[in-house]
Amino acid sequence: MNTAVTHPANKGDLIVKAIVLVIAAALLFAPFLFQDVRSVEVAARICIFVVLVASYDLLIGYTGIVSFAHTMFFGFGAYGVAILLKQMGPGWGPVVLGTLAGVTVSIIVATLIGLLSLRVKAIFFAMITLAAASVVLVLASQLSGFTGGEDGITYRVPDLFKPATKLMVDEDGKVLRILGVKMNGKLAAYYFVFLTCFILFLFLLRVVASPLGTVLEAIRENEGRAEGIGYRVVAYRTFVFCLAATMASIAGSVYAVWLKYTGPDTALSFAIMIDILLMVVIGGMGTMWGAVIGATLMVLAQYYLRDLMAVASEATSAIPLLPDLLAPDRWLFWLGIIFILLVYFFPAGLAGTIMKKESH
Amino acid sequence: MTNISDLVTRAGGVFLLPVAVAIVAFFLIGVPSSWLTLTIAGLAMGMMIFLMASGLSLVFGLMDVLNFGHSAFVSFGAFVAASVLAWLSGWLGSPSVILNSLALILAIAAAVVFGLGAGWFFERVIVKPVYHDHLRQILITMGALIVAEQMILAIWGGAPVSVPRPHFLEGSIIIGDASVEIYRIFAFCLGAAVYVALHVLLNRTRIGLLIRAGVENREMVEALGFRIDRLFIGVFMLGSGLAAMGGAMWAGYETLITPALGAEMMIIVFIVVIIGGLGSIQGTLLGAIMVGLFANYVGFLAPKMALASNMILMMVILLWRPSGLAPAVK
Repeated sequence: MNTAVTHPANKGDLIVKAIVLVIAAALLFAPFLFQDVRSVEVAARICIFVVLVASYDLLIGYTGIVSFAHTMFFGFGAYGVAILLKQMGPGWGPVVLGTLAGVTVSIIVATLIGLLSLRVKAIFFAMITLAAASVVLVLASQLSGFTGGEDGITYRVPDLFKPATKLMVDEDGKVLRILGVKMNGKLAAYYFVFLTCFILFLFLLRVVASPLGTVLEAIRENEGRAEGIGYRVVAYRTFVFCLAATMASIAGSVYAVWLKYTGPDTALSFAIMIDILLMVVIGGMGTMWGAVIGATLMVLAQYYLRDLMAVASEATSAIPLLPDLLAPDRWLFWLGIIFILLVYFFPAGLAGTIMKKESH
Repeated sequence: MTNISDLVTRAGGVFLLPVAVAIVAFFLIGVPSSWLTLTIAGLAMGMMIFLMASGLSLVFGLMDVLNFGHSAFVSFGAFVAASVLAWLSGWLGSPSVILNSLALILAIAAAVVFGLGAGWFFERVIVKPVYHDHLRQILITMGALIVAEQMILAIWGGAPVSVPRPHFLEGSIIIGDASVEIYRIFAFCLGAAVYVALHVLLNRTRIGLLIRAGVENREMVEALGFRIDRLFIGVFMLGSGLAAMGGAMWAGYETLITPALGAEMMIIVFIVVIIGGLGSIQGTLLGAIMVGLFANYVGFLAPKMALASNMILMMVILLWRPSGLAPAVK
């Protein structure tokens, strides 16, 4: 589980960075490259999950903390914006206030959980976060007057992001098209998502390259020694837990603005947590680049693998049990198996494996 | 002050907590018959949770392995038992108590045997390669849980499955004003019997001696020439079998089960082992009974709080004793 402590001219390192650069470029020009609605939806989801996974990697890969509450913080951010947009009507005020509210709640809860349980065994922490996340999930579906319950909340977003908004007009007063893409509010919304996520990701990159990142790795590698040198392990852990929670919360807020809908399935469910785990492991724990690769692969798989599985299920309909296992709903089954195999054979994930292999 | 705390320690220390909770609840509820019904319901629930949690706690104590996939055994146990009961529904419907109990015994036995087999497979294939690596353990067992849940969905489908109960366990008996479901008494008795059996196994047999020695100091036991990894497979299988038994009992208790059962129980099981302290059977029993009683009392007194009650209980106990009420000596 060694992080890539690499030299600048490392070949594997360059390959990974080149892949990430290609993904980033594809995301930057996504509305122009892929002009159907679904592809832009996929691109926005990738952006959000890159931040979510990178912030989770800060916990699991860099500091060695296993938390199952990451979607909880994501949900706090999403519900903060959703509830305020619903109550106060569309506008920038509710978006900013909701984001701040989500971040505040996240930091308070993260501090409480951190101080309470980060001093005990890592395994306790994993269990406690799991319990906390499930309680929040149940609360969200029970307090239906406030959160919309299972149905979630739909709301309107600031006018700038409405599909009917014209960013640029041609001589006739119609929406200007550049390379066939309408310059409307949907485009503005996508670039809002992209830029926010880009900035958050750069911030996370900066964090892991800073002295703080080095201390976190020291804690992961040898807690006792880090404590011995004089770093207050519990304080560092709690801080990094709060930081990751804040990042997840902001990502949640952005996602809420993009989707115009927030419900347990999109913001809080345990399935999202499993997605994040899979992405971190597929991409590679302990590298921020891995987060980009993992998130991209998983989201693409989520959207396009199911179509493939439907075909496979049709094709094998004569064989017992196999079509059941190949049904599109069972795709988590295969991902689970891939996940286990990856943890066994490639614990460093895709990015980590490429970086290591090519460095010799 | 010291006299009082001495007295409390001598009388049972933390093991008096459930009694204290019950007494407090008695005054808060105020109606003896409701209190009795709730207490028995709480004890029965606690015993079923104890069955599910004991294996997890033992495995952790002996081998420092935390199995996040433990709840898969619970769900498999529940569904296997449900299938067997449905298959033997002819026996269940007949008025003969012998056929009834035979069907029940067969169902529970099938669940336990399945649990033992699945436990063996799980230990060899999933857990063994990642001993001593907590991070990968958590990840791999979590992955196994996903796969197991999907298998249940593929085999039994997503719709709720109804579980027929044996005829003689239906209905309730009246004690004073309180009505007590017979199934709850049965669950309590079975749980208590398993606890006693485990207690005897751990404290009165040579294998139990080795297990306890292994919990306390694994290297030393190995150095003395005992194959502790074989012992560990045994304990793992036993734990899985018990979890499946707990699942089977829970299926009969709920009478309508969904594939989400495992995930729901996992949270409670985790809370129980955290409260009780990992690695000890007594602690797990204590935690399970506390959770069972607390959930029932709070559900009656303040239904809105019922969801968060276990969480609050856990937080309070962790603040008081960070490693649980009665952890194994480590």
